[in-house]
Amino acid sequence: MALVDTGAVKTADIGRRQALIVGWLLLGLAILVAGVFGIESQSVATFRLSFPGDAFAVPSLIVPSAPYAYTVAALLAFFGVRQFLRGGARWSSWILGIGLFLAVTAFLVWATDGKSFSLTGMLQATVVRAVPIAIGGLVGVLCERVAVINIGIEGMLLSGAFTGAVVGSLFGGVLGIAAAMVVGGLLGLLLAVLVVTYRVDQIVAGVAINLFALGLTSYVSSQVLTQYRFLNNAPVFRPLDIPYLSDLPIVGPIFFQQNIFVYGAAILIAVSTYYLFYTRTGLRARAVGEHPEAADTLGINVYRMRYVNVTVAGMIGGFGGAWFSLGSAGRFDDNMTGGRGFIGLAAMIFGRWHPVGALMAALVFGFADSLQQKLAILRTPIPSEFLAMAPYLATIVLVAGIIGRARPPAADGKPYIRE
Amino acid sequence: MSKSRIDQLSQDVLKRVVVTRFAFEDLVLIPILAVIIALVLGGIIMFATGVSLDAIQRAYVSLFVGSVGSINAISETLTAAIPLTLCGLGIALGFRAGLFNIGAEGQVLLGGVSAVFVGFYFTNLPAFVHLPLALLAGILVGGAWASIAGWLRAATGAHEVITTIMLNLTAMRLLDYLLRNPPIQKAGRTDPISETVLSSAELPRILTWIDPTFRLHAGILLAIAGVAFVYWLLYRTTLGFEFRASGLNPNAARYAGMRAGTIIVVAMAMAGALAGLAGANQVLGVLGRASPNFSGGVGFDSIAVALLGRSHPFGVLLAGLLFGALQAGGRQMQVGAGVNIDLIATIQALIIIFIAAPMLVRAALPWMFSKQRSGS
Repeated sequence: MALVDTGAVKTADIGRRQALIVGWLLLGLAILVAGVFGIESQSVATFRLSFPGDAFAVPSLIVPSAPYAYTVAALLAFFGVRQFLRGGARWSSWILGIGLFLAVTAFLVWATDGKSFSLTGMLQATVVRAVPIAIGGLVGVLCERVAVINIGIEGMLLSGAFTGAVVGSLFGGVLGIAAAMVVGGLLGLLLAVLVVTYRVDQIVAGVAINLFALGLTSYVSSQVLTQYRFLNNAPVFRPLDIPYLSDLPIVGPIFFQQNIFVYGAAILIAVSTYYLFYTRTGLRARAVGEHPEAADTLGINVYRMRYVNVTVAGMIGGFGGAWFSLGSAGRFDDNMTGGRGFIGLAAMIFGRWHPVGALMAALVFGFADSLQQKLAILRTPIPSEFLAMAPYLATIVLVAGIIGRARPPAADGKPYIRE
Repeated sequence: MSKSRIDQLSQDVLKRVVVTRFAFEDLVLIPILAVIIALVLGGIIMFATGVSLDAIQRAYVSLFVGSVGSINAISETLTAAIPLTLCGLGIALGFRAGLFNIGAEGQVLLGGVSAVFVGFYFTNLPAFVHLPLALLAGILVGGAWASIAGWLRAATGAHEVITTIMLNLTAMRLLDYLLRNPPIQKAGRTDPISETVLSSAELPRILTWIDPTFRLHAGILLAIAGVAFVYWLLYRTTLGFEFRASGLNPNAARYAGMRAGTIIVVAMAMAGALAGLAGANQVLGVLGRASPNFSGGVGFDSIAVALLGRSHPFGVLLAGLLFGALQAGGRQMQVGAGVNIDLIATIQALIIIFIAAPMLVRAALPWMFSKQRSGS
């Protein structure tokens, strides 16, 4: 069963309908921004850009709330009307992205109206929270580029978190990460054995891996870790300042005062992009994902390619999983990944099966995540549950807006039987 | 009727009645061996985590006794199997139409909370009106929630895996909100909990004539009806044929004149309706109210049930019964032997792996199988 076949619906129809839907959405947002954010704002919003102890202090950004809201509303209305005119549809997805971004800024200004808010702090949290999602997306990209659908990302993250916590408690953080990668790699290998050699339905195998990881980690944690507490008391990696770069205003705290997982994720994404799109092996891997028969004819070992890619992806998943225990909480809790693997899967599709695209999508999710957390401090009149929903709804809107042009690898999800 | 026609007919009948040796191995032997191997591996896992051999033995005895060892145990097994089967049917229906509906959890939650709302909000209704109304609320809301994903897929091509994941997360937050605010929240409470369903909307317990504590309720009839309905729909109606055709090959189905968009929306709505019914069953038959995460993950477990049942209604029923038995037995295992119930999830995962990969079972126990088709 292929995960994606937009062939069921005619593409031209989708394009036209999408343009109209985007138009209505933008008009709705314009009314919301003007009618709620504009009317209710009286004063100015203050965004703090530097922390008290920074080397170079940057003055705070002060935005007059009401004028800003009306400007954004006018822009949104302009974009919206443009969607209904001929030719407007061509840039639908970009316009929708920009429109949502503007609406979010207007929302932030309104929520901060008359108060002050650390923008840099929120962006820093954004990057941290994007890490497991970006890595989840990267695992998905590496697998699906060789035509193996990986629903088991969640299980790989979870087992990485568990192993990281236990081994990290006993032997320290570095070995914890190493062990997490080994266990993640083993799960990747298991997935490869099941789907490549035994040709199990890929979705069944992924679901089974998730269930297995969730069941086993929860079982061991309640059967063993609750009795022996010292097994679940891992060190947390502290942020490492990168010399000179970390002193830069704004950019420094966001990107260069982070822990090893943030840097690791950035390196992994860069290396994977280079591997997939700029090396001969990467080209071969993608050939295996697009047309395995042709790749085999040219002498590429399809099975080995899938085994290696999926196993390495599993190791990366284990690294990402260790973030939960060794990079954030310092301990393991049942189901502590909380669906981040599935959001990573969404980030992969959202990012059009490209590592950098997945990273961008992950940053959007991370932003929404940290926004929701920080907004609790500002006390907006909107119930926190609805704020928590906003990123998910925004994802649905964006996916409905962009998916027309996203295309999975051609052989995605199909087992290869050598003749 | 000509002779050849009769021959043809009798052969058709024979094919259905006589199970060949290979079909027997695939349909009966493999699942049984898969369960046994999974249980053995579960024992090894218990041993590795420091459970004594004596306790392992007690654990498996409790697992057996707690699932089929008494009438009460069977009642518990069936009670646990009801939502798994109903929800699994919905997911199987989606699979048949080529849709991967991860959103059953959200559909269960919202369907259940709507059933609760109808169940306590309307007073003074006779049971024969109130109960169907509450069930209908679950069906409609579950169906409506799922059809959002169906409509998005049909109208814009947005992938249902992403939209249903996002709708799940949205539904969880929405449930949190509803449970913390009137009119759903129980008056006078500050924690997230709903009002209690009135007795006129409860699904009646059907084994109380044996023992008043038996929890099996009339939902079992709904589950059986659901299996029959989905079988009839998939294999006896045009709509079901269109579902299966567009699941097997969407392009061919479209060129044959089937309306792809409508099929997607209707299939998703029906899947959601079944999940919503599963949620309504839980609150009206077992729990009596809604609390955060009252579904206990049924929406996710039922994905496994649908896969295990090979997306066939009867298969789903059997898989639902198996998972229900493991759940009921697992609770007994936790009480009787002190082995945590999460082990059951591990065993379930192993069963799925072995049933999905029959070659693994054949490789592990080669002497149990005939030789000819070792490479299937």
